[in-house]
Amino acid sequence: MINPFEIIETIKMIDEENLDIRTITMGISLKSCAGPDIDTVCEKIYDKITTYAKDLVKTGEDIEAQFGIPIINKRISVTPVATLVDALDNPTVEKCVKIAKTLDKAAKTTGVNFIGGYSALVHKDYTNGERVLIESIPEALASTDLVCSSVNVGSTRAGINMNAVKEMGQIIKKAAELTKDTQGFACAKLVVFCNAVEDNPFMAGAFLGEGEGECVINVGVSGPGVVKCALETVKGEDFGVVAETIKKTAFKITRMGQLVAQEASKRLGVPFGIVDLSLAPTPAVGDSVAYILEEMGLEKCGTHGTTAALALLNDAVKKGGVMASGYVGGLSGAFIPVSEDAGMIDAAKVGALTLEKLEAMTCVCSVGLDMIVIPGDTTAETISAIIADEAAIGMVNTKTTAVRIIPAPGKKEGDIVEFGGLLGTGPVMPVKPYSSAEFIERGGRIPAPLQSLKN
Amino acid sequence: MKAVVTVIGKDKKGIIAKVSNILFENDVNILDISQTIMQDMFTMIMLVELESKSATLKHIVDMLEEAEKELGLSIHVQREEIFTSMHRI
Repeated sequence: MINPFEIIETIKMIDEENLDIRTITMGISLKSCAGPDIDTVCEKIYDKITTYAKDLVKTGEDIEAQFGIPIINKRISVTPVATLVDALDNPTVEKCVKIAKTLDKAAKTTGVNFIGGYSALVHKDYTNGERVLIESIPEALASTDLVCSSVNVGSTRAGINMNAVKEMGQIIKKAAELTKDTQGFACAKLVVFCNAVEDNPFMAGAFLGEGEGECVINVGVSGPGVVKCALETVKGEDFGVVAETIKKTAFKITRMGQLVAQEASKRLGVPFGIVDLSLAPTPAVGDSVAYILEEMGLEKCGTHGTTAALALLNDAVKKGGVMASGYVGGLSGAFIPVSEDAGMIDAAKVGALTLEKLEAMTCVCSVGLDMIVIPGDTTAETISAIIADEAAIGMVNTKTTAVRIIPAPGKKEGDIVEFGGLLGTGPVMPVKPYSSAEFIERGGRIPAPLQSLKN
Repeated sequence: MKAVVTVIGKDKKGIIAKVSNILFENDVNILDISQTIMQDMFTMIMLVELESKSATLKHIVDMLEEAEKELGLSIHVQREEIFTSMHRI
């Protein structure tokens, strides 16, 4: 029999330290739904999703009850919808929005929390369908509840599509404007990526990539609280001990993810894809990545030393997690979504955590500038320039970066925006008042970077 | 299917009697039992086996939840694999 101390340790992690499985995400390919007629396409999409995912939520709940481990979200990711739009006769914004509404309806029928994949990959250039899909994003997000959208604007191999970067600034502004009653909530469901991954189970950036199969189960784990509590036991020890402690904890957390992923895959009869080794915070006190960094000895997250602390954390989580799962993938790293992390919210409120520092932090962790609220009067060009900076970091460092930013209509620096639920509370953070308009206006492509001569 | 029943709380009379009686009524076999005081808390851990004629895990969880309220304790029932996967390579 297992040692009682180990049993109590597991129970304590779940009951007191917020250990949970953040998401079971079912990837469903919609390639078979493509066709010229919009009504037929929508019908096929709805039927396929509601058939494949009909037992997803129940299976998640059963596993939760039998193993006593909370599974917070059940989600669906689909083939980038732009692929379907390209196959349509005369694609229009209205037709795209109709697909978004179909996805929303299918998600509601299956009972999942979110559906991702209203996406386009345009890191080099647009197809006609991708152009229309991107144009439709604001309306699609404003008129649906559960649909998440992402656009990949750059990659290490292709460079950055600056036309898409320019357009995404405008799209984000428009999405915020259309949902001004909810402080620009649509923007919380929209991610702009560089080097997007194909098997990410986390929202809002999940989609089922080109190289994926018909249907797959990907699992994302969480557990910042567990890491924080483990570090409390090694106060004052050197960084070797800190890294070792994080690795051991990450191993245990990931084993939970692996178990749940295998179990879900077996029960649903769907292949297991990957476990995403991320530390995903929630607004609950004690479930914060910022508190881990502060536990390492920083007075406030965002002060000098934060980037180094985060680099150590991110690397140790991966080293510990990799051995715990047969297949690791997705984003795999520590997330730093400002509005979803109690410690980051505090740090941003007192001015310790700024946009510039967050940008530096994104160089050493997954994923990017995430859930950041900026003043409502920020121009589209400035948002595009923020995206360009972040994409450049991803492109040069061969890593995924993303921007999920909310220009909250009518809000100014210092205001607080409430999104509720997992999306939390965002203090409005200042942006630079100087213009980037001429830079963004140039358009074209930033060429792919050199991959050798690394000194 | 094997499951682990964990009872944590303030020590009092009749805890083992109550829990094992519920398990008996539901045709659940107790394979191993250990009891200790951990950090001033009474901790009892039972390894049990659910056989084909046993009640469902869900039913047992519900029954033990009632006992949990009555005795003022924290009772968990979890499939064994969660512990083996976390603590054994």
